[in-house]
Amino acid sequence: MPKASVTFQDIGVTVTVPAGTRLIEVSEKVGAGITYGCREGECCTCLTRIVSGHEHLAAPSVLEDQVLKDNLAPRRHRLACQAQILGGNIVVQPA
Amino acid sequence: MCNRLAAVHIPAASPMKERMRASANPESALAVAPGVHWIGAFDPDLRSFDIILRTANGTSYNAYAVRGSEGVAVIDTVKLGFSETFFRRLESVAEYDEITTIVLNHLEPDHSGALPELLRRAPGAKLHVSPQARLMLKGLFDPGEFADRIVSVGTGDSTGLGDRRLEFFNTPYLHWPDTQCTWLAAEGILFSADFLGCHYCDTRLFNDAVGDFRFSFEYYYAHIMRPFRAHVRDALDLIEPLPIKVIAPGHGPILRNDPRDYVARYRALSAPGLHGASTKTLLVFYISAYGATRRMAEAVAAGAESASTAAGEVRVSLYDLEGGHAQPFVDLIEEADALVFGSPTINGDAVKPVWDLLSSLTMVDVKGKLGAAFGSYGWSGEAVPMIEDRLRRLKLRVPVLGVKARLTPTADEFSACHDLGRQVALHLLGRAVPRTIDMANLV
Repeated sequence: MPKASVTFQDIGVTVTVPAGTRLIEVSEKVGAGITYGCREGECCTCLTRIVSGHEHLAAPSVLEDQVLKDNLAPRRHRLACQAQILGGNIVVQPA
Repeated sequence: MCNRLAAVHIPAASPMKERMRASANPESALAVAPGVHWIGAFDPDLRSFDIILRTANGTSYNAYAVRGSEGVAVIDTVKLGFSETFFRRLESVAEYDEITTIVLNHLEPDHSGALPELLRRAPGAKLHVSPQARLMLKGLFDPGEFADRIVSVGTGDSTGLGDRRLEFFNTPYLHWPDTQCTWLAAEGILFSADFLGCHYCDTRLFNDAVGDFRFSFEYYYAHIMRPFRAHVRDALDLIEPLPIKVIAPGHGPILRNDPRDYVARYRALSAPGLHGASTKTLLVFYISAYGATRRMAEAVAAGAESASTAAGEVRVSLYDLEGGHAQPFVDLIEEADALVFGSPTINGDAVKPVWDLLSSLTMVDVKGKLGAAFGSYGWSGEAVPMIEDRLRRLKLRVPVLGVKARLTPTADEFSACHDLGRQVALHLLGRAVPRTIDMANLV
């Protein structure tokens, strides 16, 4: 299975993950500071800044796009509960 | 009962009697300012609110009508069961076809209970809510039939009533994501929803006429606003520059006498306290049956101390939960930067004093603090991962895996405790060494 790496800048931890994993799954397990609420892409609690490697995440769904827009999310921000890791190296920080 | 003084004999010339004349007829609207009326409802018998709050004086659901030269605005409504009273009061000051504007500063059912019916009765009115409220409305009722009448507003937006304007301030998390304040500049009135409110029912309604409600005001802040104190400060930044003459909250007395005192009190209550910003604070809480977890706690604290390269970088404190009550510890935790909990495992669980403290933390903002856990156990050791899980759910960061020791800790296990404290402190100081791990190795 293809692998990717995600670095959580706030706790200085890099995790090697299988492709297809959602950011929130890794964040929770590693104890990073990304917080979450509904886990269904509605509440925007898990807004996350993608410091680098944005292109290695699956494109946001229509729903995620709408929620990001409604909550005035800056560029290069994603919902951790929705963003799926495709490969490569990604660096993230809680928004 | 509500604080009605009708049964008390009052001399004819008494200032109290003058105030009583001004108090609420159960069915009439009350004038707050020229063209501004209170049209809410009293709930004197309520004793428990939102499960978490008690009230010795019931509460009021405050709603307001504001008349302009070209329309009437209704600001907030009431709990569903009080709709009839609300509509009667509204009808005493306005016709439904005059209502051009409805403002809902907060969606919670005690403020929005009469909203769907109001939208039906006032078909010409637009509903003004925050962008967050617009998203949440569908969870409250089916807004389908009203969808084209909902307007999202934020700070800087306003709506006109002819000779008067209502200005909006987006003040989220006071205490829901949707909360906002509405400002009527012409009269200097801030409609503040739950912000600066309290559960205190008194039909005399105004802060200079009602009984002593200081306890209710402070209690309300402590239980409703305190977890969001950073948002309280943001909101205060927005409203403090306003020339406020009256604060008209969603619950409790209308603050027309020295309203700025209440704003100042919120500023004081929401200010960070204790230590200087340059000192990081790490608290170790433990409870121990035979001393093993206590000695682990001492090793964690010593490890945390060892991370400081200069005196005062990290202030480490150790507390035995068996010797204290949860509330003072909650006050300490609110100001702390890192929390480490030690619990033995008894019958497959962490012990009750630990859970009592952990369940009290919803009263304060702990999001983003560092957390960790450790403890001694007999045969299964569930306490440590259970505490870690709770800390994550409370939105703390848990960057270092906890330490478990079977019965009497070995020298290696004490060393692991020392390292746990040191690593947490290093994370606190931003000096932790970056690590790489495989997801398969994460529990």
